[in-house]
Amino acid sequence: MIWETVRLALRSVRRNALRSFLTLLGIVIGVAAVIAMLTIGSGTTQKVKADISQLGSNLLIVRSGRPAAPGSGPQQTIRPLGEKEVAALAAHLEGARAVSPASQKQVRVVFGTESLTSSITGTDNAYLDARDWKVTSGRSFSESEVRGGINACLIGETVRRQFFGAGDPDGASIRIGRMSCKVVGLLEPKGYSGFGQDQDNVVLMPLSAFQRRIAGNRDIETIYVAADDATPTQVVQTRIEDIMRDVRRVTADREDDFSVRDMTQIADAMASATATMTGMLGAVAGVSLLVGGIGIMNIMLVSVTERTREIGIRLAIGAHEKHILIQFLVEATVLSLLGGLIGIAIGLALAGAASLALSIPFVPSLAVVLLAVGFSALIGMVFGFFPALRGARLDPIEALRHE
Amino acid sequence: MSPAPLIVFDKVWKTYGQGEAEVRALAGIDLAIGQGEFVAIMGPSGSGKSTAMNIVGCLDTPTSGRYGFMGVDAGRLDRNRRAELRNLYIGFVFQGYNLLPRTTAVENVELPLIYRGVPAQDRRALAMKALAEVGLEDREHHTPAELSGGQQQRVAIARAIVTRPTLLVADEPTGNLDTARSHEIMQLLTRLNEEYGLTIVMVTHESDIAAYAGRTIAFRDGHVASDTKKLEAA
Repeated sequence: MIWETVRLALRSVRRNALRSFLTLLGIVIGVAAVIAMLTIGSGTTQKVKADISQLGSNLLIVRSGRPAAPGSGPQQTIRPLGEKEVAALAAHLEGARAVSPASQKQVRVVFGTESLTSSITGTDNAYLDARDWKVTSGRSFSESEVRGGINACLIGETVRRQFFGAGDPDGASIRIGRMSCKVVGLLEPKGYSGFGQDQDNVVLMPLSAFQRRIAGNRDIETIYVAADDATPTQVVQTRIEDIMRDVRRVTADREDDFSVRDMTQIADAMASATATMTGMLGAVAGVSLLVGGIGIMNIMLVSVTERTREIGIRLAIGAHEKHILIQFLVEATVLSLLGGLIGIAIGLALAGAASLALSIPFVPSLAVVLLAVGFSALIGMVFGFFPALRGARLDPIEALRHE
Repeated sequence: MSPAPLIVFDKVWKTYGQGEAEVRALAGIDLAIGQGEFVAIMGPSGSGKSTAMNIVGCLDTPTSGRYGFMGVDAGRLDRNRRAELRNLYIGFVFQGYNLLPRTTAVENVELPLIYRGVPAQDRRALAMKALAEVGLEDREHHTPAELSGGQQQRVAIARAIVTRPTLLVADEPTGNLDTARSHEIMQLLTRLNEEYGLTIVMVTHESDIAAYAGRTIAFRDGHVASDTKKLEAA
């Protein structure tokens, strides 16, 4: 009986192919949008997590300013980090594999006729160690380069490709702002981060050179600390906080004017930000599903009116109200389910294409797909109910007279 | 002496509207139709014959009085119970055929069986048998648009008898057909009446069509004006 009804509904959908298609469009767009959003969203989340775990879960990041959540309002005047914090951590911190200062700025880099805005980081060799970053050709900084603030550079893969193509960058001199800098090594490619940031569009140089020629001050933005494998990150974090309070003379009754966070905390914060974003976009897409549902209700009302005579015949030869109700409910459900299935296909295709373009993993979720199927069926039932009830309540005598 | 009649109208009134605008379609009809009778109902429009037919077919209920069908007080049943009654015991033939468009003959004939819950393969066999009885076994896959008026009415008759009903209600079954086709349809109905003892109640305007029936009831202004039985051929 139910299979009969489904077949009948499919036939009716096919008979009014164009009309059915236009009605479906609302559901198709809605479901496609939701599926694409959620799939891309979870791909991004996964990428963010993967990136950050690649950075190393034992990496700790020290910055100045109170350890408030990002976006929680303006901070008070910040006392920047400096040489003495780095020196103190390097001298007294136990259980750390690497302690490295780093400051960063976006600067235009020029070589020959080519130019590129790149992320310039002033740091030392410990940075490579802390971030687990290898030099694939050439060498890292020498002791004297770091100490003397010599203009020596390590460049990322994107910078190399832009300026040197297939050629060898070693020993070439590139312009960074108003200084020139000799390329001494090439960094291992890291690809895009979860936020679509090119991690290979970087130039590293000795911190003192950066401070003097680029930043124009002696501040340090970030101190990276890599805990060694034997010491839990949590323990190292506490030790860093103690040393920092001591160096910066933060008494027990005052709040810290610096923050120490490990990568898992940052990963969680970023993942939850991504999830919130995904949820919001999904909700917006969901509104179009509602509109699609109203479209279905509209077309089902038309269908019931058009087929008043058919309903009269069916009632006369013994159909119950519930038979008519079910017939039109199934038709509405089939219609919106069909829209849902097409929408899922399109949504997954869109998400797949986006994943390729943004180089994030493509993670279709069975749960999301099933949810979309269920939701589109539900929309058909909810919005098909009123028209179906109208059909079922028709008076057979009146309906038979209907032209 | 005779068995209990199939159809009993006991002071049946049917009124539409209220107060000044009240229209009396039926004004206290008393009537009995026995099992196996072939009855023609005649009368001008507005005489109440259509209203009477709707009540006979359990599509409508009296405003007052009692309508008995197969010993059941059908006038007091709700619409779903009456739908069951129609599905089990009553077949309908209409002037305009009322077949589902773009649906094949055999599927049209199967329709009442679907609401009876007959399994698909049994349905097909029963529908084919009914089509054979009206002489259309070779037209099973034709849609109404591909059939002539006479053929469409035969499909409608097959649909009406596929459930082996007790009563066939025919509302001007030859109204849209030419004379030759009309007489073919009437011969078919007569055969069904004689061979299966199918009770037929038929509304018609034409006296030569009514002549096929064994009994003719004329309606006028909501009353039975005349009720005549054809003399049995000795």
